[in-house]
Amino acid sequence: MSKRVGIEVSIAISEAVGLARAEVIPAYPITPQTHIVEHLSEMVANGQLDAEFVPVESEHAAMSCCCGAAAAGARVFTSSSSQGLSLMSEVLYIPSTMRIPMVMVVANRALSAPISIWNDHQDIMVQRDIGWIQTFAENGQEAVDLTIHAFKVAENRNVSLPMIVNIDGFTLSHVIEPIELPDQEDVDKYLPPFKPRYKLDPRRPITMGPVGIPEVYTEAKMAHDMAIKNSKRYILKAWKEFEEVFGRKYEPIDTYRTEDAEVLLVGMGSICETAMTAVDQMRDNGQKVGLLKIRLWRPFPAQEFRKAVGKTKILAVIDRCLPPGAVCGPVGAELRSMFYKIPGSPKIFSFVAGLGGRDVTVSRFEEMVDKARAFAKKRPRELYQVIGVREK
Amino acid sequence: MKEVRLHGRGGQGGVTSAELVATAAIAEGKYAQAFPSFGPERRGAPVAAFIRVSDQPIRTREKVYHPDIVLVLDPSLPALVNVADGLKDGGIIILNTDLPEKEVREKFGLKSKLAMVDATKIAMEVLGLPITNTTMLGALLKATGLVDRNALEEALDKRFGRIAEKNKAALARAFEETVITD
Repeated sequence: MSKRVGIEVSIAISEAVGLARAEVIPAYPITPQTHIVEHLSEMVANGQLDAEFVPVESEHAAMSCCCGAAAAGARVFTSSSSQGLSLMSEVLYIPSTMRIPMVMVVANRALSAPISIWNDHQDIMVQRDIGWIQTFAENGQEAVDLTIHAFKVAENRNVSLPMIVNIDGFTLSHVIEPIELPDQEDVDKYLPPFKPRYKLDPRRPITMGPVGIPEVYTEAKMAHDMAIKNSKRYILKAWKEFEEVFGRKYEPIDTYRTEDAEVLLVGMGSICETAMTAVDQMRDNGQKVGLLKIRLWRPFPAQEFRKAVGKTKILAVIDRCLPPGAVCGPVGAELRSMFYKIPGSPKIFSFVAGLGGRDVTVSRFEEMVDKARAFAKKRPRELYQVIGVREK
Repeated sequence: MKEVRLHGRGGQGGVTSAELVATAAIAEGKYAQAFPSFGPERRGAPVAAFIRVSDQPIRTREKVYHPDIVLVLDPSLPALVNVADGLKDGGIIILNTDLPEKEVREKFGLKSKLAMVDATKIAMEVLGLPITNTTMLGALLKATGLVDRNALEEALDKRFGRIAEKNKAALARAFEETVITD
């Protein structure tokens, strides 16, 4: 029987990667992802994990190495953050359109300038359109579970796509909390060895990633788009199987106290825990407020999201990212475009909060709900508002 | 839910103390979080770490703003850092100090409940090092009962292996010598 233990979330993720029997781990350390790859290198060095740990010279090399190893049929894992993820950027689009499965945990962190090692979602939102499947973990247990789930989904022959599990840097990565690590036997049952449909093999030579001349490029991109859209059913299926083996249930959109809600907060990642406490307090004060948590970000589960919103008329959407000059943050923009001109759709207000490690406290969620209610009566001129700005 | 802020200096093992308390609480069947003050930390510089312990699942990722308990590992810190910052009414500050209570209260302007022990002296005598993180856990146990002593000692065994005994001895002595005053 697996047992609940107190463990740092980064270490627990490394253990999950070990339980998933990753075979090649090319990685370059960067704060706040460091403990994940440090611990994996220890696991490989001390014989706990039978894998090749490749200490590459940069993140660009890490992702290049991941592509080669996964194309050759290995189960591949890596992890990065912030500037490191940006340095990978050029390579990130390649395994996705080439349909090469691998798993990466991104410990989300702000981007320079000014230099910040602290948590927000700017690093991953820059990579929003790389064509990887992406999930967001709310706590350490989810980080572990979603990592194991990611291998299952990515390697499904009907999916065959790389997958990112996002965890909030420091706020999750550096916290010790209770986590149940699954038994090896159960993980083996859930996750059979990776058997790619095609792989690089000198005995059966094939070409991967040839030039996409104008006659095929559009079709290749469209095929990728279809593949990631079709992946949703396999993502859901893998969560269902996860529940059967491990007893924990996951949905693409989680709802919290949404019954009769007049206002719904919409968030992603670890701030949803604080948001639940805020919802509880507001409900205690007689306010009809609930919370939607976006667990699956790509492919965006539009159908599930609309169903979760139900009849609620006001959404207060939180972005942990401020794209300068845009109409609003990426989550807000996604939802606005999804609901555009759909009869009966809710009023959507977009907030930017928690940049570069700024704490998002219970009172900030209350402030966003109050503002969304006021904006529903009198539409503001601006399309988003930054929350928690210091005035002196 | 009880919230703890721990003050130390980089390299004194404050984060380790927080880890030990949280893992012990979780081993007891409670819920807990331990985390450092996120950021680059330098040896010798004042640093903080945080602990939450609860009977219910903990649903917050806020930083700790209003601790129930403040644990200070280094005797020089109360002169540099406002250790009472945000302390809840009825909260307690646990200090490593060789000064008498009256002088501590006057010098550092502390009005709350206090628990005091000369942990540096104990650590030097028992461990041979001025590292007070495990010694101060004895004071924490005496002053608050935040975690079960057996669970904490098991966490020490797991973490320190063959040097666990000495750390447990330092903890036990601090437990005996800690003085609590309102």
